[in-house]
Amino acid sequence: MLGKLDWSAIPFDQPIPLIAGAVVLVGILAVLIWVVVKGHLPYLWHEWITSVDHKRIGVMYILLASVMLLRGGSDAIMMRIQQAVAYQSQGYLPPEHYNQIFSAHGTIMVFFVAMPFVIGLMNLIVPLQLGVRDVAFPTLNSVGFWLTATGALLVNLSLVIGEFARTGWLAFPPLSELSYSPGVGVDYYAWSLQISGVGTLVAGINLVTTVLKLRTKGMNYLRMPMFCWTTLASNLLIVAAFPILTATLAMLLLDRYLGFHFFTNEAGGNVMMFMNLIWAWGHPEVYILVLPAFGIFSEVVSTFSGKALFGYRSMVLATMAICIISFMVWLHHFFTMGAGPDVNAIFGIASMIIAVPTGVKIYNWLFTMYGGRIRFATPMLWAVGFMVTFIIGGLTGVLVAVPPADFMLHNSMFLVAHFHNVIIGGVLFGAFAGFEYWFPKAFGFRLDERWGKLAFWFTFLGFYITFVPLYVAGMLGMTRRMQHYDVAAWRPWMFVAAAGMAVLTIGVICQIVQIVVSIRNREALRDRTGDPWDGRSLEWATSSPPPVFNFAFHPDVRGEDAYWDMKTHARQQSFEHEGPEYHDIEMPRNSPTGFVCAFFATIMGFALIWHIWWMVVLGGIGAFATFVVFAWRDHDEYVIPAEEVAAIDRVNLEERRSLVSMAGAV
Amino acid sequence: MSMIATAGRAHADPHHIGLVIEHPGPAPKRIVTAYGFWVFLLSDIVMFSCFFAAYAVLSGQTAGGPKGSEIFEPRNVAIETVCLLLSSFTCGMAGIAADVRNRFWFYLGMAVTCLLGLIFLAIEFREFADLVARGYGPSRSAFLTAFFSLVGCHGLHVSAGVLWLLTMMAQVFAKGFRADILRRMMCFALFWHALDIIWVAVFSVVYLLGSGV
Repeated sequence: MLGKLDWSAIPFDQPIPLIAGAVVLVGILAVLIWVVVKGHLPYLWHEWITSVDHKRIGVMYILLASVMLLRGGSDAIMMRIQQAVAYQSQGYLPPEHYNQIFSAHGTIMVFFVAMPFVIGLMNLIVPLQLGVRDVAFPTLNSVGFWLTATGALLVNLSLVIGEFARTGWLAFPPLSELSYSPGVGVDYYAWSLQISGVGTLVAGINLVTTVLKLRTKGMNYLRMPMFCWTTLASNLLIVAAFPILTATLAMLLLDRYLGFHFFTNEAGGNVMMFMNLIWAWGHPEVYILVLPAFGIFSEVVSTFSGKALFGYRSMVLATMAICIISFMVWLHHFFTMGAGPDVNAIFGIASMIIAVPTGVKIYNWLFTMYGGRIRFATPMLWAVGFMVTFIIGGLTGVLVAVPPADFMLHNSMFLVAHFHNVIIGGVLFGAFAGFEYWFPKAFGFRLDERWGKLAFWFTFLGFYITFVPLYVAGMLGMTRRMQHYDVAAWRPWMFVAAAGMAVLTIGVICQIVQIVVSIRNREALRDRTGDPWDGRSLEWATSSPPPVFNFAFHPDVRGEDAYWDMKTHARQQSFEHEGPEYHDIEMPRNSPTGFVCAFFATIMGFALIWHIWWMVVLGGIGAFATFVVFAWRDHDEYVIPAEEVAAIDRVNLEERRSLVSMAGAV
Repeated sequence: MSMIATAGRAHADPHHIGLVIEHPGPAPKRIVTAYGFWVFLLSDIVMFSCFFAAYAVLSGQTAGGPKGSEIFEPRNVAIETVCLLLSSFTCGMAGIAADVRNRFWFYLGMAVTCLLGLIFLAIEFREFADLVARGYGPSRSAFLTAFFSLVGCHGLHVSAGVLWLLTMMAQVFAKGFRADILRRMMCFALFWHALDIIWVAVFSVVYLLGSGV
C-alpha cells in the first residue's frame, strides 16, 4: 500500500534532524495559521501563488533562495563545527549523518539557492530592462517556479522522512547505484533534481525567447543592457546543458529502479560515462550561475561610477565566448581519470583560455570605475569585494587547471576552497549586489545602508577567515569530506575556519536585520521616482514597484543606456509623452496551473521515491488533467482600460518631473 | 543634442555603412510561441544526444549477450520508418488544413497520423516484448540497456505525441480553429516532425550501424 514507507523512515533515534524538522514544521504551521487567521490567504492566492507576473515570480524565486540559503548555511555550520572537533574522535555527527549533510549542503546551495536566486533576479529585471510587459510565456514561468519549489520541498522532506543521499552533491556511481546505496537517499536526490530541472529548463526557454523575441522598439542587440546579454548567455547554457542532467539522472534512475546497466560495475556498464555526462552539464552550470552575476556587476559598477560601461562590445564578446568555451572544459573535473597526457593537456589549456574573457571583464569593470564619480553604496561594495575575491578564486582555478598540479590537489580541501572562492565571491556576492540594487525596484523602498554595509563587511571578512585556512589545509594534504582526522597540523586551521563561519553567520544575521529595519523605516526609505540610484537602463524608467503592465508605452530606445539617454534629453526639454494618448493594455490572467502542477509533481515525486505505484499513477493523471484544463480555458487575457493606465502613469510622471526640475535647479 | 542622438545611432550601425536597422519591437505571439517551442525542441535533441552517446559508448558491451546484428529485424524497422515518414506527411496535410480552416481534411489528416503513430508503437512494443521474452531485456547487458533506453525514449515521445494529437483534435472539435489553438497545432506539427528527424538518427545509428557490428 505505501511501498517502502513505514515508521522506520522517521529517524526517532537521531535528535538533530528530528528537532530541526520539528522546529521547521512548527514554524511553517505557525506561519500558515497566522496567514489563515489574519485572512491573508485570499490575498496570497490571488496576488502571489497564482500570479503569472514576472516581477512577482521573480520575488518568489528569491524568497525561496533566501530560505534555502538558511538551510544550506545551517549544514555548513554543522560541517565546520564537526571538522573543528573531530580530531582523533568521532565528533558529534555520526558518519552516515555527516555524509548526508555535505551532500545536502552542495545540492541545496547549487540547485535551490544559487539557481533560484539568479533566475529570480533575471525574471524580475530582464523584461523591465528590455522595455516589455512580460516574459514570453507567463504561465509557464509560474510552472517553472513551482516545480523548482517542489524540488526544494522534497529535499527538505528527506530530513524527517527517510534520508538524503550520502554520495556527495553529484551522486557518483557506483556508490550511488542500488548495490551500494540501497536506501531512498539517492532517490530523493535524483527525483528532486529531475523535477526542479524541468522547472529550470522551462525558465531557460522562457528567458531565451524573451530576450531574442521580445524587445521594445529600437532595442537592438547591441543596445541591450549587459545584464540582458549575460541572461541570454546563461539561459542558452541552461537550454543546452540541463537536458544533459535530465538524461544522466534518468540513466541513474533506470539503473536503480529497473536494473539497467548504464553505470554499474557488472554487465558492461561504464562508470566514467557518468563523470563525463554529469560534468558536461556541471561545468556549464557554474557559468550559468556566474554569468548573470557578471551582468549584475556590470550594471552596478556602471551606475555607481556614473559612467557608461567601459568596453561594452568587448564585454558582449567576452560573455558569448565564455558561453561557448564553457562547454569545452568539462574534463578538468577528472584529470585523474587517466585519459592520458594529450587529452588532459587539451582540457587544461581550454580551462586556462576561459580565464581570458573573464579577465577582459575584470579590466572592463576597473576601467569603468577609472575616472568615474564613484558612490560606495552597498551594491557597489559587493561589486568591489567581488572583484578582489573572484580574482583570487580565478587564480587558484588556473592553478588547478594545470594537470600535474591537479594530480596533487584533486579532491583536497584546496579544491573546496577554490570553488567556494568563486561561487561565494562570484555568484553569492553578485546575488547580494543585485538584491540590494533592485530591492527598491521590487518593493518601492531602499534597504538600510548601515546594516547593508555591516552585512557586507562581516560576510567579506568571514569569507576569508573561513576559506583561506581551507586552502592551507588542502596544501597540507587534507582531503575533502572527512568526518574525522588524525593529523595534528590540520587542526588549528579547522579552528580558524570555524571561527570564520561564525563571522559569516553574523553577516547573514546583519542581512536579516537589514530587511527588518528597512521594512520598519520604509516610509523614510521610500523611492517615489522609481530611480533611486540615478540608473541608466529602462527598469528605472518606470515606477517602483512597477505597475503590473510595467510601461504605459513601449519605450522607444535610441542607444545604449536607454534611460540615461532619456534623462539627458529630459533635462533640456520636458518629458516626451506629455499628455499622450493612452491605450487599453492586455495582460495575461493569473492561473493556478503552476501551483496545481507542482502539487501533482510533489505527490508523484514522493510516490516514486517510496515506490508507491498507485500514487504515481494518480499524480500522473492529475498532471495531465491540469494541462488539458489549462488548454481548455477560453480567456487567457484581461484588459486594463486606458483611463486606469493613464491614472497610474501620470502619478509616476509627476514624481519624475519634480525630480528633473530639482536636478535642473542644481 | 543631435550629438547624443548620433552617438546613440552609431551603435545600430557598427560598420558605418549608413544603414540603420532599428529593432521593430516585440514579435507577434505566433512567432514567439513557435520560437520558444523550437528552443524546447533543441533542448530535447540535446537530451537525445546523451542517449545516443551512451549507446555509442556501450554498444560493444554485450556481456556475453546478443549483439545488435543478432536481434535487429530490418524488415520491421523498415515498416516502422515508412509509417513515421508517412505520418509526417499526413501531419503536414493536417497543418495545412488547419491553416485554411477545413475541418474534414484536418480530422482526416490527424486521424491517419494517429493511426500511423499507433502502428509504429505497436511494432516497437512487439519488438521489445519479443526481446524480453527471449531473455534479452535491458538488464541483460549494457548494450541492451542503451538500446532499450534510446529507442524507448523515442517511443515514449511518440506516445506523448499521440496523446497530444488526440487532445488537439478534441480542442478543434470543441473550440474550432481559434488563434491560440492554431499556435498549439503549429507546435504539435514541429514536435511530430522533430520526432521523425530523431528517428532517422535512431534508424541510422542503432539499426544500420548496429547491424554491422
